[in-house]
Amino acid sequence: MTGYIFRRILQAIPVFLGTTFLIYFMVFAMPGDPIVALFGDKTPNPAVVAQLRAQYHLDQPFFVQYLIYLGGIFRGDFGLSFSGEPVTSILARTFPVTARLAILALLFETFFGILVGLISGLRKGKLFDASSLAVSLILISLPIFVIAFVGQYVFGVWLGWARTTVGSGAPLQDLVLPALVLASVSFAQIVRLTRASVIETSGLDFVRTAYSKGLSSRRVIPVHILRNSLIPVVTYLATDFGVLLVGATITEGIFNVPGVGNTLYQAIIRGEGPTVVSFVTVMVLIYLVVNILVDLFYGLLDPRIRYVK
Amino acid sequence: MSSNLTGEPTDGTPVDGRSSTHYVAPLDETPLVGVDAVKVAEKRSNLWIDAWRDVRRRPMFWISAALILLVALVALFPGLFTQTPPNNNCILGNSNGGPTDGHPLGFTKQGCDIYARIIHGTSTSLSVGFIVIVLTTTLGILFGAFSGFYGGWIDAVLSRLGDIFFSIPYILAAVVIMSVLSQYRSVWSISLAIGIFAWPSTARVLRSEILRVKNADFVMASTALGLSRFKILLKHVLPNSIAPVIVITTISLAGAIVAEASLSFLGVGLGSDIMSWGNDINQAQNDLRVAPQTLILPSIALSVTVFAFISLGEVVRDALDPKARALR
Repeated sequence: MTGYIFRRILQAIPVFLGTTFLIYFMVFAMPGDPIVALFGDKTPNPAVVAQLRAQYHLDQPFFVQYLIYLGGIFRGDFGLSFSGEPVTSILARTFPVTARLAILALLFETFFGILVGLISGLRKGKLFDASSLAVSLILISLPIFVIAFVGQYVFGVWLGWARTTVGSGAPLQDLVLPALVLASVSFAQIVRLTRASVIETSGLDFVRTAYSKGLSSRRVIPVHILRNSLIPVVTYLATDFGVLLVGATITEGIFNVPGVGNTLYQAIIRGEGPTVVSFVTVMVLIYLVVNILVDLFYGLLDPRIRYVK
Repeated sequence: MSSNLTGEPTDGTPVDGRSSTHYVAPLDETPLVGVDAVKVAEKRSNLWIDAWRDVRRRPMFWISAALILLVALVALFPGLFTQTPPNNNCILGNSNGGPTDGHPLGFTKQGCDIYARIIHGTSTSLSVGFIVIVLTTTLGILFGAFSGFYGGWIDAVLSRLGDIFFSIPYILAAVVIMSVLSQYRSVWSISLAIGIFAWPSTARVLRSEILRVKNADFVMASTALGLSRFKILLKHVLPNSIAPVIVITTISLAGAIVAEASLSFLGVGLGSDIMSWGNDINQAQNDLRVAPQTLILPSIALSVTVFAFISLGEVVRDALDPKARALR
């Protein structure tokens, strides 16, 4: 296992260097003045421009700039936001909220997704299966901001069951609606994956063996069928984390959840380029770390993976 | 159990492998019967013909095809559907107004005709979708085909490069690019911003399919016949591994349309001078309480278009992949 962990982390190094370089390259190697470009239509304050120039070492050659920037990341220095607050201190304040929202959404989507997918798979071709497939197809087709607005309008304005925006401190009951919105797209994918996987597993020999040695379906379904059907779902959750990050940005923005995504959302709609870049970098790093963690967890689940040379 | 399938004598004398030298099958073989004859007259069949036979029986295919045809028609000839220009006829007196004669869906906050704006926004969404898939398919095929077919260091370099692009969620990457290109917001720049980070999934799908196909007998036969490696890739391996690429291309077209709408919704997409459903949704969001139709109607147009491409992709996947067919 130690060797596997070591190998997996070693593999992540070029990807880490590549992604940070790519983001840096996109911003600072474009033709024209990157600082002016980041301000868009606005005319920047000369003092702010001078400060940013110094912060990004624009008088140095490109590679030196990148190395200085990389060094900053390693020291936990992601630069300053527009209001002058260090990005790391904003993160310290907003990250717990986003983590709560994301965990809630993950719980919703895995629990309901697996439940619906399992019932669907066991009743292939029946009414429940057909309708859950139709609903999941519709959910996949709806962009997340459409789901968010519809949810906000139906549950917040019409029925009045939930608050349309999340209050300060983000209490858990306010996060339920945003978390359901955030969970909806992946919920549909998990339903389909679980269903396909359950159908495939139900046809395998060991399930027939389990039934023929006299086990009841109350034991066979959870222990033999479901457990063996969950591996693709675990893999999916890892690759889906990027979708969750983008979704969190939009959902937190619409519901005004005071999290990391909302900070990025506000920076995007105000056109605060440098802050956007810092937070996208942070999100990509979170994405990389989560993928490594999931891979390690996966190696723990399935011994075949860690022994592959 | 008197069948003579194993060639054992049926009179009861066991065949002793040690005493006789070895077993020789009796000469009287089963003669060829009707079943063995090659049916020349039977309908030709290959992956594509089979897929077509499967697909045309499914209602979902016809629904999505009809929707796509309609959307394409609207995008190409908006004049057939509305005579109202999307931007000029805005009268503030009509702000958030309900349907009137000649304006079936009512008005936006600026008093523009919602129906006309939806009709004129269609071509933007479809153009972005198509430019993006041209980009992702070209890059995906180049990277996927070379890394899968040639293997070795080419594969290592190209796959790692793909990993790097894959590790940045493409909407986030597009947000950064569009923030930098804030002076150049057009259909072309937004398509570039989306496509440049969306290709690795196509490349991955094609690579794994080529890894499967390249060990097939017909590839070895082509090698034995002296065809060059590149020609084998072009003439035999690629055409036989393109099916999953078609599926993922249809689905990424839907993804590109969503990405454009999301970027425009965030305000880093297309300029306000270009008609886009995402822009209209963005404009309408503050009036959700008083005039939900200004937000819901463009959202429906967007979702129906996305739905059409996603369900077409799924029907085609079911038809091309026998394993997926079994799940129905």
